Amino acid sequence: MLKLIKTLSVAALLTVVSIAGAQAAGGGIELKSATWKHEGLFGTYDRAAAQRGLQVYQEVCAGCHSLRHVAFRTLADLGFSEAEIKALAKEATFVGGPDDDGEMFDRPGQPSDKFPSPFANEKAARASNGGAFPPDLSLIVKARGGFENYLYSLLIGYDDAPEGFDLPEGMNYNTFFSGHKIAMPAPLSEDGVEYSDGTPATVDQMAKDVTVFLAWTAEPKLEHRKNMGMKVILFLLLMSGLFYAVKRKIWAELH
Amino acid sequence: MSFEPKNPMLKWVETRLPITGMLHHALYEYPTPKNLSYWWTFGSLAGFMLVVQLITGIVLSMHYTAHVDLAFDSVEHIMRDVNYGWLLRYMHSNGASMFFIVVYLHIFRGLYYGSYKAPRELLWWLGLVIFLLMMATAFMGYVLPWGQMSFWGATVITNLFGAIPVVGDTIVTWLWGGFSVDNPTLNRFFSLHYLLPFVIVGVVILHIWALHTSGSNNPTGIEIKDKQDSIPFHPYYTVKDLFGLALFLIVFSAFLFYAPNWMGHPDNYIPANPLVTPAHIVPEWYFLPFYAILRAVPDKLGGVMLMFGAIAVLFALPWLDKSRIRSARFRPIYKQLFWIFLIDCVVLTYIGGQPAEEPFILVGRIATGYYFLHILVLLPLVGMFEKPKPLPASISADVLPKKSSDKEASNA
Repeated sequence: MLKLIKTLSVAALLTVVSIAGAQAAGGGIELKSATWKHEGLFGTYDRAAAQRGLQVYQEVCAGCHSLRHVAFRTLADLGFSEAEIKALAKEATFVGGPDDDGEMFDRPGQPSDKFPSPFANEKAARASNGGAFPPDLSLIVKARGGFENYLYSLLIGYDDAPEGFDLPEGMNYNTFFSGHKIAMPAPLSEDGVEYSDGTPATVDQMAKDVTVFLAWTAEPKLEHRKNMGMKVILFLLLMSGLFYAVKRKIWAELH
Repeated sequence: MSFEPKNPMLKWVETRLPITGMLHHALYEYPTPKNLSYWWTFGSLAGFMLVVQLITGIVLSMHYTAHVDLAFDSVEHIMRDVNYGWLLRYMHSNGASMFFIVVYLHIFRGLYYGSYKAPRELLWWLGLVIFLLMMATAFMGYVLPWGQMSFWGATVITNLFGAIPVVGDTIVTWLWGGFSVDNPTLNRFFSLHYLLPFVIVGVVILHIWALHTSGSNNPTGIEIKDKQDSIPFHPYYTVKDLFGLALFLIVFSAFLFYAPNWMGHPDNYIPANPLVTPAHIVPEWYFLPFYAILRAVPDKLGGVMLMFGAIAVLFALPWLDKSRIRSARFRPIYKQLFWIFLIDCVVLTYIGGQPAEEPFILVGRIATGYYFLHILVLLPLVGMFEKPKPLPASISADVLPKKSSDKEASNA
């Protein structure tokens, strides 16, 4: 048994190293890292930060980026009240219908609606953004190597291009973007939003807040998952102990 | 079959269809060598994972939509709106990896203890058929979420068939159901991904049938000689396998609940886009060794042939290995070679995940060369020249007298 565990852990280690190596292959630039409260075995989303992050998304990102997988009603998970959610949803306008005359009409949003997209389609989005397509942000944290730290680094990574760097017209220099040429202009500026809870809206603060919010949109069931995992693993530990005892007892008669 | 049910109902059934007797024989009285170590648990764990994949898969397919415009969103719908949908999907995606982990361990156990040798050649073959079917199923399953890696993985792998001379392009068009990976491809992959697991179930039944005909191999590699050597499967191995299962589930849960995306690729959370190629197209980790072999050859057809050859040679193993001793415990040289071969496979896995540039290309070629050298040259030669250690007289003679000195046996 001991030998088996030893061999298995060596094998696991080797596999981890080889897979981790495979995943690291894409990166290259050292990302800025921050502490995220939702990391770790018991981590939960920082509600205040996520709520501020929603504000940043709405006032800064939503002009170009959609959030098409996220329904307003799910904001309840971040501590928003039903009334707040209804009010938020109502600000958006959706095309409803057809009515009994076959006409489409405008209607206010409801909690069951998903966040509205800023552009009618990809072509319209490209036309307004110098040919670039602002990606949907629902899953952005899970869809980029480096995850939270990548998004955070990208948002604070704008800088002047170094001497001799060939930056085409309409592009911006970003330390952490692959190739350093990014179509998105620096989205965050000092006091770009006014936080209702009085938190000073520095670029770093806003970048962190919107990252927490988008981590939640990417993995909304994280807290439920970790919570269940703890119970399941405790149960399994108990069960292993019981099975081991039973196994010892049954096999004892043989020896 | 001496089993006679006491219940009159069962008795009535048994005389017409001896199914309870068959199950009783397979799960209860099946005489099993008394010295099986925990390495023998991975077979039943693989069976368990097959059931997990079937159940989660069937429920997932109730919520999934196989259409290029809807597939990605339907997976997100499962993750967000379906009750415990996130759990089902993460179980299924991590379950695939777990299935491969236990099957790889099961295969390497077979290699170490010579489980493929006579009279278990067919048993070994059926296992390899299951492995091939698993690879096909897993590959098509990975395409279903219709993310970037799904799409581009499907494009790369289906294009391999284009390397076949003369009819290659026709075959690729036929596989795609069109002129590129598109909706017809997704639809047929979904259909086949649902079908193949049931084919696997069928082959698993044959695999177990063959196993119960020749009996389980064991760490000594010598056959059961008398009653002293064997014990009934139940309760001894049922309880031992249950303990193994509980430990395995802890590992599975650790991934499932705390790192569910660790074995996936971030790019698969980007919807498939035929106009944008990812920087590095990498298959799932369990295909990486074969991907490394594929890329070790600069010629496409050569690479494809070598990749399929890597599995084909395994079918010839029972005849390539000339040694009549099964267990590596009594084969001092083969034992060393086994571990080198295992390391070689890990190296191939690592190389498969690296970009195609130096020094990875060179290392990949050496590792690929060694893979075939081991199976085609070293294995037959060692069998001829190796001087094996003396074999114990019987399984129980191996286990009983030196109980304290032999760790492996005391665990069995």
